[in-house]
Amino acid sequence: MKRHLISAADLTRDDALLILDTAAELAGVAARPIKKLPTLRGRTVVNLFFEDSTRTRISFEAAAKRLSADVINFSAKGSSVAKGESLKDTALTLEAMGADAVVIRHSASGAAHRLAEWVRGSVVNAGDGTHEHPTQALLDAFTIRQRLARQGAVPDGRDVPHDLRDAGPDGRGAALDGVRVTIVGDVLHGRVARSNVLLLSTLGAEVTLVAPPTLLPFAVGSWPCSVGYDLDAELPKSDVVMMLRVQQERMTAAYFPTIREYRRRYGLDAGRMALLPGHAIVMHPGPMNRGMEIAADVADSPRSTVVDQVANGVTVRMAVLYLLLGGAEAAS
Amino acid sequence: MSGWLIRGARIAGGPPADIHIAGGAIAQTGAGPGAAAGAQVLDADGLVALPGLVDLHTHLREPGREDAETVETGTRAAALGGFTAVHAMANTEPVADTAGVVEQVWRLGNQAGYCDVRPVGAVTVGLGGTQLAELGAMADSAAGVRVFSDDGKCVADSLLMRRALEYVKAFDGVIAQHAQDPRLTEGAQLNEGEVSGRLGLAGWPAAAEEAVIARDCLLAAHVGSALHVCHVSTAGSVEIIRWAKSKGWRVTAEVTPHHLLLTDELAEGYDPVYKVNPPLRTQADVAGLRAGLADGTIDCVATDHAPHPVEAKETEWAAAAHGMTGLETALRVVQAAMVDTGLLDWAGVADRMSVRPARIGRLTGHGNPLVAGAPANLTLYDPGAPPEIVDPAAHASKSRNTPFAGMPLPGRVVATFLRGVPTVLDGKALDGKALDGKALDGKAAR
Repeated sequence: MKRHLISAADLTRDDALLILDTAAELAGVAARPIKKLPTLRGRTVVNLFFEDSTRTRISFEAAAKRLSADVINFSAKGSSVAKGESLKDTALTLEAMGADAVVIRHSASGAAHRLAEWVRGSVVNAGDGTHEHPTQALLDAFTIRQRLARQGAVPDGRDVPHDLRDAGPDGRGAALDGVRVTIVGDVLHGRVARSNVLLLSTLGAEVTLVAPPTLLPFAVGSWPCSVGYDLDAELPKSDVVMMLRVQQERMTAAYFPTIREYRRRYGLDAGRMALLPGHAIVMHPGPMNRGMEIAADVADSPRSTVVDQVANGVTVRMAVLYLLLGGAEAAS
Repeated sequence: MSGWLIRGARIAGGPPADIHIAGGAIAQTGAGPGAAAGAQVLDADGLVALPGLVDLHTHLREPGREDAETVETGTRAAALGGFTAVHAMANTEPVADTAGVVEQVWRLGNQAGYCDVRPVGAVTVGLGGTQLAELGAMADSAAGVRVFSDDGKCVADSLLMRRALEYVKAFDGVIAQHAQDPRLTEGAQLNEGEVSGRLGLAGWPAAAEEAVIARDCLLAAHVGSALHVCHVSTAGSVEIIRWAKSKGWRVTAEVTPHHLLLTDELAEGYDPVYKVNPPLRTQADVAGLRAGLADGTIDCVATDHAPHPVEAKETEWAAAAHGMTGLETALRVVQAAMVDTGLLDWAGVADRMSVRPARIGRLTGHGNPLVAGAPANLTLYDPGAPPEIVDPAAHASKSRNTPFAGMPLPGRVVATFLRGVPTVLDGKALDGKALDGKALDGKAAR
């Protein structure tokens, strides 16, 4: 594995499987009364958040703490960054403090990439602008594998090289070959979709993006996925449907006419959910706009993996920190 | 001071000839005659002599951003790049939108002594895009402004653009447009294409440039005025300009060295040294631009030399300033992109980097063929110098933001003469103080 995790494209299939399988191993920790391993004792993980994201920050914080790392939370608000300090100077400050890993969330695409040039520790991209959010993709892949394996669920008659049914109840060892994932919503501004397309295709899944054409990147044809505009046509073929958050301000920038029209064409309600095969799951990276891209009864249905995704987020991030910080050596 | 004898230079790539310089002008060219008494002799065996290069698009940053560049450092960089005249863009602080500011810049250029500095006047007050600046006052000033531009910003308002084009006819001016539809490029960071999609950087679509160029060509035709299109960056723009020229309309265009050589794939590391406006485009655009420059659709190469201090580039991509330095590498890049590829010969380089830009800038003292009687503005260039890695630390510009850093480029500017006085000899700039008053009389320069 590379020293940093900046893009899902940094991960080979073996890297990705190693992370997922390590996460499956670590998942047991969450079930214990004392949810803590000594693995990263004495190591420092800095959560460098230039954008508010409580969900992602606490997920990384919990992951680092469960591995006994020292965690420093650095949020831009009220810090020297708010007073005009540059990313580079912040990086040099963290470097001087001896950060072993820096988890960065930033509004600018490429910020994690730049940071990695200025610090010696490992950089984990926790979302950079409209670029990527690779740990989200990893936790989504983990969740897909876990749920479909538990359900014994890839339908018969499909040519699936690594049949998830044979992989054991947590899917350990299996990739996602042949799994059909439909990602719906704002792909253009969405770092989650970008990372998921890269990672899921690396793992063998067949990804289809569904969105109004205005919310797809200009050259999406060159991505390792297919594209459709008709959600109803894609749902019956989907093992997984992943709904992305759509920000209402996109409407004012003429990406789509009204919320009502968006919901009608691209929202997932109970009626549409019924088009899915029986085993199919519904995902959402959160935070959800209930009643916008996803109806409340869909979000709360047994197909929904929203809560699993949050729990798996901690586990997968533990695996990432463990592997990047050479946890294996530290533990021995 | 009895002038110079330059021995054996290939004038615009022609056969070796001697060039005699006396009294600031070329006294004689051709083989044979000996040196006049007291003339200094420069052996130019193997060197190409070009009429002194003229840059239509230079950001000298003074007044206001002397941390990035001054007229003195910028013109020294220009001389080292083989230029004898530069057009200083108007986006200074304060903006060059009054006779006072343009005269200040012009005077600073005369004091520095490395190049003739022709200020470009702003089209609109403060580059605000709403009210015409006093174009006539700038034209009538000592600086004698003829080129007007809101460069960095587009005169997007169709009516205002029409008026500006019409108004400058009174004094043979030209409007140099930075063609960029502002709405189509809100927040734009990089050419809209495969790379911008992959990197998650907001796209700058080619159509945002091409649509404005098409509109401006139509307006220029309608009012019978002169339009100059700055830094053409797309193959589609070349097509539109080719069409406008076929109609006989008064449209000229420039291309930057960086758009002739570099593509958007360089943005992959998110290093803002590659951030520029208009953005680096695709290989197909580079091919279209080279073909356009070769066939004359694009009239000239202009550097868009845009110096920035280190901190403006040592940031995340979106926060970084647009722009690249270019004066000291321009001719070498043109050799790599156009001459070594067989697209342009040295006579073509003389035409695109001196003759035509001087004509567009209404600069009679520059861009003349190197014949007896012409002002002795010339550049000696060694195209056979082994390719050398570009080292920004060695540049005379105050800023280091060259996208060619670390790249090998062929050729070497050996000497530059401004009205018979060397500003650069053996690749080194002469002390500006030594030049003061000898080479320069700005009024005469026009």
